[in-house]
Amino acid sequence: MTASSTSAAIPMGVEPAGTRDRSAAETRQDAAFRGVLFAAAAVVLVVLGAAALSMLWGGRLAFQTFGWRFITSDEWDAVGRHFGAFVPIYGTLASSAIAMLIAVPVSFGIALFLTEIAPGWLQAPIAAAIELLAGIPSIIYGMWGLFSFVPFMSDHVLPWIDRHLGALPWIGALFRGPPLGIGMLTAGIVLGIMVIPFISSVMRDVFRTVPASLKESAYALGSTTWEVVWKVVLPYTRSAVVGGIFLGLGRALGETMAVTFVLGNAHQLSVSLLAPGNSIAATIANEFTEADSDIYLSSLIALGFLLFVVTLIVLAIARLMLRNLARREGR
Amino acid sequence: MQSPRSLVLRRRASNVVSKLLGTAATLFGLSWLVWILIVTLLNGARALSPRIFTEITPPPGSDGGLANALVGSLMMSVLGVAIGAPLGIAAGTYLAEFAERRPIWRESVRFVNDILLSAPSIVLGLFVYTIYVRQVGHFSGIAGAIALGLIVLPVVVRTTDETLRLVPNMMREAALSLGIPRWKVTVQVLYRAALPGILTGVLLGLARITGETAPLLFTALNNQFWSGDLNGPTASVPVVIFQFAMSPYDSWHSLAWAGAFVVTMVVLVLSVGARAYLLKNRMDSNA
Repeated sequence: MTASSTSAAIPMGVEPAGTRDRSAAETRQDAAFRGVLFAAAAVVLVVLGAAALSMLWGGRLAFQTFGWRFITSDEWDAVGRHFGAFVPIYGTLASSAIAMLIAVPVSFGIALFLTEIAPGWLQAPIAAAIELLAGIPSIIYGMWGLFSFVPFMSDHVLPWIDRHLGALPWIGALFRGPPLGIGMLTAGIVLGIMVIPFISSVMRDVFRTVPASLKESAYALGSTTWEVVWKVVLPYTRSAVVGGIFLGLGRALGETMAVTFVLGNAHQLSVSLLAPGNSIAATIANEFTEADSDIYLSSLIALGFLLFVVTLIVLAIARLMLRNLARREGR
Repeated sequence: MQSPRSLVLRRRASNVVSKLLGTAATLFGLSWLVWILIVTLLNGARALSPRIFTEITPPPGSDGGLANALVGSLMMSVLGVAIGAPLGIAAGTYLAEFAERRPIWRESVRFVNDILLSAPSIVLGLFVYTIYVRQVGHFSGIAGAIALGLIVLPVVVRTTDETLRLVPNMMREAALSLGIPRWKVTVQVLYRAALPGILTGVLLGLARITGETAPLLFTALNNQFWSGDLNGPTASVPVVIFQFAMSPYDSWHSLAWAGAFVVTMVVLVLSVGARAYLLKNRMDSNA
């Protein structure tokens, strides 16, 4: 307002005194403003790089002392100061694998329901409810898991699994053991529930991007809804769907508190999924404040470094897969 | 060869089965939500009492509350948002408004920010431990707040970036044509238009750190007593829940449930409220 009224009062062709000073000052302010913003954007990059480097630095003692045995040895002995991370690494991978086995089909089903089956008025509330699962803090999952889900598993589910699946040849060994409740299988299921909202919301979003003409053509040829989803929608969105799955995997690998509650914190390698185990994140959370020697602390930070690198790779793959889709959409 | 009729039947059957399975998967997902919420809210409501807000965390076997943990959580969350939100808004503004001549740089910052958004929070805690706690020599609430700020940062960057890109170009052109410098256009015109979106991002960031436990374990640690000093170990509700729930004492379990109730309610109100607020603003501006 004021700007337009002052400029209207200035006669044409006459430069009022101070205009040049003002515009020079404004240029300086603009440059300063841009510099501040640039620095803030740089912080984002620096944080990621510095986090990786600082943990590599913090874990150097462990890497130097144990070398490759840090990854391959399953001996975690705080008294003898001998640290091998095979058990937590295996635990992280195994519990995440179980989580994905549960979460991927269920998320696909939810995305199918939300895009093709549910009536329009039901879609938004159900999608919001599923997303709430992602909002619940992991410590709440942990408490619920320990006090509600673990007893449920040990009373009802695990005895059945032990009796029936444990009797199978070959894979039976995975499902044999005392029904303690805490253990790899329980942790995997809880992780699966936690990542369902992440995977299903990506799937739902990308299913919506499929051009209506493609789907309508398939319907016009007489396809059923299932055939349209399985043979048109899914192939069209394949890379983004894989991206969504990797996004969920990245979450599952790094999840800490829920797993710490229900995994059992046992540094023993066991074939059975019913037995207690450990994961990288749970080991760090449980033992960090107890670390009484430099090598112990360094081993825990080295574990954190391994976790960070693995999740970074998984998440980078996820983002690249998702980015391809965004670019295709923009074209 | 299959008869045409059996083929039709098979295709119809697979269609019906897939729809049933999809519905079942949705019910499966929702049932966990209901189960978790009911368990938390019922147990929590039973454990709630005014003492939660007036007394500090007790030693095993005696009564007490969570007052010191609540205050600690509040202070660290506020400080965390105070660190993460301005940085995030600035970085998001840069990506949306000032990086058009450096697309590669802009896309790499976006890419890294997306990764940071889902990076494990325990790792950010370890990071702050090595660069701050170890250098200073003691655990502190400030370190906890820095770790929380690093979790808020990517959330705010993303929402700011996305919201600013939604502001119509006409507004920028109209403001610039009046000869207003770009920083004033950004602060006084664009921020005003994008305010609901940016605020939603900050609220979602706050909701995310309210229940965060892992990064506080080795930054703020815990504190059994009153402490208004953020430069020393500071109690927080999530860490107290962790400690008390893992203990063998019933009175501590009960306090942990009360804490879980408070945390869940705060998170639900913040995240549902933030989304509702955004939705309402979108509708208002569309009308």
